[in-house]
Amino acid sequence: MKNGLPVKEKLFLSGNEAIARGAFESGVKVASAYPGTPSTEILENLSRYEGVYSEWAPNEKVALEVALGASFAGVRALAVMKHVGLNVASDPLFTSAYTGVRGGLVIVTADDPSMHSSQNEQDNRNYAFAAKIPMLEPSDSAEAKEYTRLAFRISEEFDIPVLLRTTTRVSHVKGLVERGDVEKSRILPGIVKIPEKFVMLPANARKRRTDLEKRLEKLREFAETFPENRVERGSRKMGFITSGVSYLYVKEAFPGASVLKLGMAYPFPENLVKSFAEDIEELYVVEELDPFIELHVKAMGVSCRGKELIPSIGELNSYIIKSSLAGGNPPEEFLEPVGIPLRPPGMCPGCPHRGLFYALSKLGVFVAGDIGCYTLGFLKPLSAMDSCVCMGASIGNAFGMEKALGRDALGRIVAVIGDSTFIHSGITGLIDVVYNRGFSTVIILDNRITAMTGQQPNPASGKTISGESTEMIDLESLCRAIGVKHVYTVTPHDIDSTFNLVKREVERPAPSVIITKSPCVLLPEERMREKTLYRIITDRCNGCRACLKLGCPAIEWIGIDKEEAVNPGFREKQKGYARIDHLLCNGCTQCIRLCKFKAIIKDE
Amino acid sequence: MNKSITNILFSGVGGQGILLASEITAFAMIKAGVDVKKSELHGMAQRGGAVVAHMRYGDKVYAPVIEPGSADIQVAFEMMESLRYLPLLKKDCKVIVNTQKILPLSVSTGGEEYPSDIPGKLSERGLSVYTIDAIAVAGAVGEVRTVNMVMVGALSCFVPVEEKIFLDVISERVKERFVRVNIEAFRKGRDIIDRVKAEKTV
Repeated sequence: MKNGLPVKEKLFLSGNEAIARGAFESGVKVASAYPGTPSTEILENLSRYEGVYSEWAPNEKVALEVALGASFAGVRALAVMKHVGLNVASDPLFTSAYTGVRGGLVIVTADDPSMHSSQNEQDNRNYAFAAKIPMLEPSDSAEAKEYTRLAFRISEEFDIPVLLRTTTRVSHVKGLVERGDVEKSRILPGIVKIPEKFVMLPANARKRRTDLEKRLEKLREFAETFPENRVERGSRKMGFITSGVSYLYVKEAFPGASVLKLGMAYPFPENLVKSFAEDIEELYVVEELDPFIELHVKAMGVSCRGKELIPSIGELNSYIIKSSLAGGNPPEEFLEPVGIPLRPPGMCPGCPHRGLFYALSKLGVFVAGDIGCYTLGFLKPLSAMDSCVCMGASIGNAFGMEKALGRDALGRIVAVIGDSTFIHSGITGLIDVVYNRGFSTVIILDNRITAMTGQQPNPASGKTISGESTEMIDLESLCRAIGVKHVYTVTPHDIDSTFNLVKREVERPAPSVIITKSPCVLLPEERMREKTLYRIITDRCNGCRACLKLGCPAIEWIGIDKEEAVNPGFREKQKGYARIDHLLCNGCTQCIRLCKFKAIIKDE
Repeated sequence: MNKSITNILFSGVGGQGILLASEITAFAMIKAGVDVKKSELHGMAQRGGAVVAHMRYGDKVYAPVIEPGSADIQVAFEMMESLRYLPLLKKDCKVIVNTQKILPLSVSTGGEEYPSDIPGKLSERGLSVYTIDAIAVAGAVGEVRTVNMVMVGALSCFVPVEEKIFLDVISERVKERFVRVNIEAFRKGRDIIDRVKAEKTV
């Protein structure tokens, strides 16, 4: 109750939760995604709504193809991915603009400016232009829900998929959202054969190409009066054209200015922009990453300022905008930062990957890496990763190095790739190795789950997104079927066996696959498991630091000074000893194997 | 600067329940009838990395993140984390510090030193510091995982929302069997800081 009036029920949702809610309210029937920060929670949330089929696909290309198929069958469909996922899905993306849709098709791309959790910060608005697909850009959770609904309607009205672009600060910001009613598409589900629309061989594709221009022309007209391309009149002295989260920063930084907020990033409402610009003395374009809007405004012959003042790298915020533009009045002084130890994320205590990376650091081979928790193997003290580019790249990278160096490469290179990443796009790389007579050693780090994004099941986990049991891909059999003759499975907690196996296989002049298999310690069943904990007998520890080379957060170094070192139990020159923190220890036993003095024992 | 907006910065370490704490606070604000935005960074939280959440509330909130020099209150769930975002804090920012130490790997393996006299470092910069041994309070309540609710209780002394609203939100948002212990943790945190506040004003 506020002022005696009942407050309409509002939900407090993240942008991702709001998109899931918006898809549900749009009557979406099929949704497919591959997990990736900052997009993951969209499907996780949608899978909890009744009446929606949700799935984790093996990769984003499959996700989009599934959603497009569902659209062909006349239902509303959603495909969700992070920005780099759209690169993987770009093949069906471009041609889906030609086929168009039956049921509304919405494709979510969640971009990550500043690379909070990504390997690059590409601006996926460029895909809308390149693929000739309309794109909506919400600024906050309320718009995220509303724009999802609009996107489905636009898709059906204009016979075209619609891209919905968020960024980290839209996907992961919570705000108030009004609940809406569930609507029904007017499209009837069923099998309808329309070969001239769905069969994109050249003769048909040329016609659809021409048709696409007609559809875009209609969309351009629509964009001129689309209510979410809105002018907020303020002072004529300063005017801003902006979109997405940048709009919020502009409102914060220059509350009195005139603003043209583009809810639709593409196609571009040229007349609206011209008429807005006519009234403004100084026109600025504020957008994160590329000068996408700015280039278009300038190409129209309208003068404006943008990236000459505002950075094109990383996220913006209201402070950056205030300090980039005259009249911004940013706070002039604030506290200096102090130097404190960094706290980067690391592998968890008991993480199975740690055993493998310890073995790899001992071997000193070139480790072609991949995308997942195990990319943290790059960090000190393990420092056992030498390249990391994109999903699935490890195998191709290792194989390319091998072909470049010939016999010199034997025994010196391995590829490491997680179970989910291998299924996503590693299998084809392995086929290349076998087919083209390579001798690469590929290590599949099988922790039974897609861990980095928060434990989503994958085709090798034996569970679906909703937790139902399903067929479990047998990675050993899969690799053998590809033609790899040497496939071995090892428990990475057993560091000696892992070390010996990798050492033997890198020397083998034939393709080999090593599967290091042990469940992620964050899995619910692992968390519940009764664990044997270990402790270090201080009298036996001589401070050699061998166990610390694992970089396990549960092992702590306690420094002692010269005076203390003369006490019983210490050696004369001992500088300290190791201790195991029982609140953190998961009982993985890796450290026991490294202690030559048998100082680590079961805590009974 | 938008004067009707209050900015709260939550900082700490993955696994401390910071997101739930900021969630409870946000729901209390919503119940009190104001607009709220809360920005989180996901992805790395479970792996022991530094965690931060920005919360802004007032009549109408636009930007989702706190700009430098404008945080009114910082709730630091781990002592060293109170120093990580100094440039975001207002000069007279109230800093509530849990004196619990969680050592980053570089410190626990002996490579770097944990900073000394952290409350002193904060005070000498002119910030109002309120320390609380939240893990001891949580332990006394009987559930160490309620550290986050002790901190929400401490924070509640500085926001214009009645205690009852917080208690209602905790009852609604926390699993039923944990409600009692969480409420107790909240009350302890609130009482301790209330007393400190009273002493400071004397």
